[in-house]
Amino acid sequence: MSLFRNPFDADSRLSMRCTCGRHASQAEHDRAPDDAGSRVVESAVMRALFPQDSVRRAFIKSVGAGTALAAVSSLFPLGAAKEVFAQPAGPLEKTRLKIGFIPITCATPIIMAHPMGFYGRQGLSVDVVKTAGWALIRDKAIAGEYDAAHMLSPMPLALTLGAGTANAIPWTMPAVENVNGQAITLAMKHKDKRDPRDWKGFKFGVPFDYSMHNYLLRYYLAEHGLDPDTDVQIRSVPPPEMVANMRADNLDGFLAPDPVNQRAVYDGVGFIHTLSKELWDGHPCCAFAASRKFITEMPNTYQALLKAIIQATAYAHDPAHRKEIAAAISTPNYLNQPVTVVEQVLTGTYADGLGNVKQAPDRIDFAPFPWESFAVWIMTQMKRWGQIKGDVDYRKIASEVFLATDAARLMREAGLTPPEGTSQGFSVMGRPFDPSKPEEYLAGFKIRRA
Amino acid sequence: MRASSKRWRAPLLSLAVLIVLLAGWHAATRPPAAAVGVDPAYAALVGGAAAGGGQTPVPGPLEVGTQLWHHLQHPFYDNGPNDKGLGLQLGYSIGRVLAGYLLAALVAVPLGFLIGMSPVVYRALDPYIQVLKPISPLAWMPLALYTIRDAGVSAVFVIFICSVWPMLINTAFGVMSVRRDWLNVARTLEVSRLRTVLHVVLPAAAPTIMTGMRISIGIAWLVIVAAEMLIGGTGIGYFVWNEWNNLSISNIICAILFIGVVGMLLDALLARLARLVAYRE
Repeated sequence: MSLFRNPFDADSRLSMRCTCGRHASQAEHDRAPDDAGSRVVESAVMRALFPQDSVRRAFIKSVGAGTALAAVSSLFPLGAAKEVFAQPAGPLEKTRLKIGFIPITCATPIIMAHPMGFYGRQGLSVDVVKTAGWALIRDKAIAGEYDAAHMLSPMPLALTLGAGTANAIPWTMPAVENVNGQAITLAMKHKDKRDPRDWKGFKFGVPFDYSMHNYLLRYYLAEHGLDPDTDVQIRSVPPPEMVANMRADNLDGFLAPDPVNQRAVYDGVGFIHTLSKELWDGHPCCAFAASRKFITEMPNTYQALLKAIIQATAYAHDPAHRKEIAAAISTPNYLNQPVTVVEQVLTGTYADGLGNVKQAPDRIDFAPFPWESFAVWIMTQMKRWGQIKGDVDYRKIASEVFLATDAARLMREAGLTPPEGTSQGFSVMGRPFDPSKPEEYLAGFKIRRA
Repeated sequence: MRASSKRWRAPLLSLAVLIVLLAGWHAATRPPAAAVGVDPAYAALVGGAAAGGGQTPVPGPLEVGTQLWHHLQHPFYDNGPNDKGLGLQLGYSIGRVLAGYLLAALVAVPLGFLIGMSPVVYRALDPYIQVLKPISPLAWMPLALYTIRDAGVSAVFVIFICSVWPMLINTAFGVMSVRRDWLNVARTLEVSRLRTVLHVVLPAAAPTIMTGMRISIGIAWLVIVAAEMLIGGTGIGYFVWNEWNNLSISNIICAILFIGVVGMLLDALLARLARLVAYRE
C-alpha cells in the first residue's frame, strides 16, 4: 500500500493496480511530486485516526472528501503539521552529514538524493559513503562516524534488542527505503532443479544474519519442508562477493538484494529463480536508520534529512523516473555497475538468465512508511530462528523503532496521543499474518527453533 | 664485447618470459565465437558471453593494457568520496602504512633496546611477545573498530600491530648479540652507559634493526590491502574491493600490478637505508 495515495479519495480502489498498470494505485495518476510531503502527513494522520481501511473508506464516502478534510483539520492541526513537516522548526544543528550505504539498489533513495540534489535543497551537505558490509556499517553508525545509515530493516530492531551486539542501543527506523526488489538466484548448473524440495545440501548466501533475506529464505525453505538449519547451509556473504562466490562454485544460490541477482545473469553465472515479491508482495527490505540519540539531539537536522529522504523516495516511486535514476546511481561513485543491470532492476524488464525477457514493473518499489506490523513480523522470525529468546513486547519495540512517520511524533508534541493506526495485516506465501497475534502466528510454524 | 653481451642476457631472458606469459594469457582468454540464434532483445540485456550461454571470461592482456593506460593517464582524478584515481588511492594507503609503521618504530626500537640489554625484562616480556606475535593483524580489526571507533585510526592501528613485532624482535636480537669484546673495551675506557648505547650498541645492532624494519614494511604493505578491503572508504584495498563489487577483473589486475610496484619501491628504499648503516668487521 502506498503512502502517497490520497487518503481522502473515496474512489481509491483496493486493487493494487491502476488502469494503465504502471502505478501502484489509481490515485497516483494525479499525484504531483511536489505535494508528496504534505500527502505523507495527511495520509499518516488519516491512517492513524482510522487504522482500518474499511472504516476510513466508509467515513470518507459518507461525508465526502472535503468534509472529511475539514473535520480532521478541526480535530488535528493538519495545516500546522504540514508546515512543520515542510519547514524545519529551527536552525539546523549540523549541516555536514555523513551517511553510509551498501552499493545495492535498495539504497536508491539515499544514494540518488546526493547527485540529484535532494539533500542540498534541505540545506544539508551530505557525504554518502560506500561501506564494505553490514557489520561494518552498523559499527560505524554505533561509533558515530555516520550520522545516519542505510541498514537492513531488521537491523534497527536487532540493535534495540541487543541481538548480535554487546549491548542494546536504542535505534530508530524513520523510513523504509524499498519494498520488494530481492530475488532468489541459483547457479546455472541447477537450472533443472526448480523445486525447492530438491535443494537438500545446497549452500546459500544471504547478506546478513539480521536481514529480510535471511528470514524470507528460511521461510521459503521451511514452507517447502526443508529445515534451513540442518538441510542446507546458509552463510552470511556480503552482497558484492556473492556473484564471485557463485562463479567459484562456492554457493549454489542466494537470496540477495539487487543488482546482485541481475549481475549474476549479466555475467552468465546464475539465473533468477523467483523474485521476492512472489513470496510476499510489498515486503520491506532496506531502511533509513538513525540512532535515537541523533534524532533527539538534532531534531531539526533529522527532520530535514528525513524530508530529503522521503522526497527522494517519492521521486523514485514514480516508474517514469527510473531510467534517469539508473543512470545517476550506476556510476563508480555509487553502485559501480553497468547501467543496463541497474536499469533492468528498476524498470522490471529483465533477462531471467534462462533466455527469457520478463516483465515485472513492481519488481522493486520505493515506499517510506514504516508499518509497525512489519516490525512485528520481523521479530516473530527473529524469535522463530532463535536470534532472540524469551518474551518479546512486540508492540512496544515496534513502535519505538519503526517511527511511523514524523506525523506521529508531531501529534505527540501537540499533546495528542497517536492512535494505534500503524499496523496492517498481510500474508506471506499465502499464510495470513495478524500483527495483533504474533505468538499464535509463531506457534503455527512446524519448523522453528523457539 | 663478450662482457656486454653477457650483461644483456638477463634482461633479454626477462623480456622473453614476459612475452611468453602475455602470449599464453592472450591465447587462454580469447573470446569464444559469437553464439547464433539468440533473441536480440535478450542479448541486449546481458553481457556478451552470457548471451551465448557462457560466463563472462577473464579479460585478456589487451583489455587490461587499455585499462592500465587509462589509469596511468588519470591517476589523480577525484569524483567524490567513493571514486578517486589510483594515484590518490595509493597515496592514502602509503600514508596509512607510514603512519602505522613509524609509530611502530617509535615503540619497537626503544623497547627492543630495553629487552636486548636486560635479561630480566627479556624473560618477563618474552611470553607476551610470543603469544601476540603470531596473531593475524586482521584479527585485531573488529576489536580496534569497537574500541577506537574510527575506521581510519583502526587501520593505522592494524598496521602498527603487524609491523611492531619484527622490529622489536630484531632490535632485541641485534642488541643482545653485540660482541662482548666491544662492550668490554667500552667498559675499560669507562664510557658512560648512554654513550655506550649510542656509540657502541646502536651502530653494532643497526644492520639487524634495519633488517627488522625491512621485514616490517613488507608485512605492513601486505596487510594494508586487506585492512582497506574491510574498512572501505579510501585506499588501494578499497579500490580492489570496489572493483570486485563491479566484477571488473581488468581493474583488479591493474591494481595488483600497482600494489606490486609500490611494494617493490618501499622495499628498495629500506634496502638502500640498510646499506647506509652496514659495516664490515
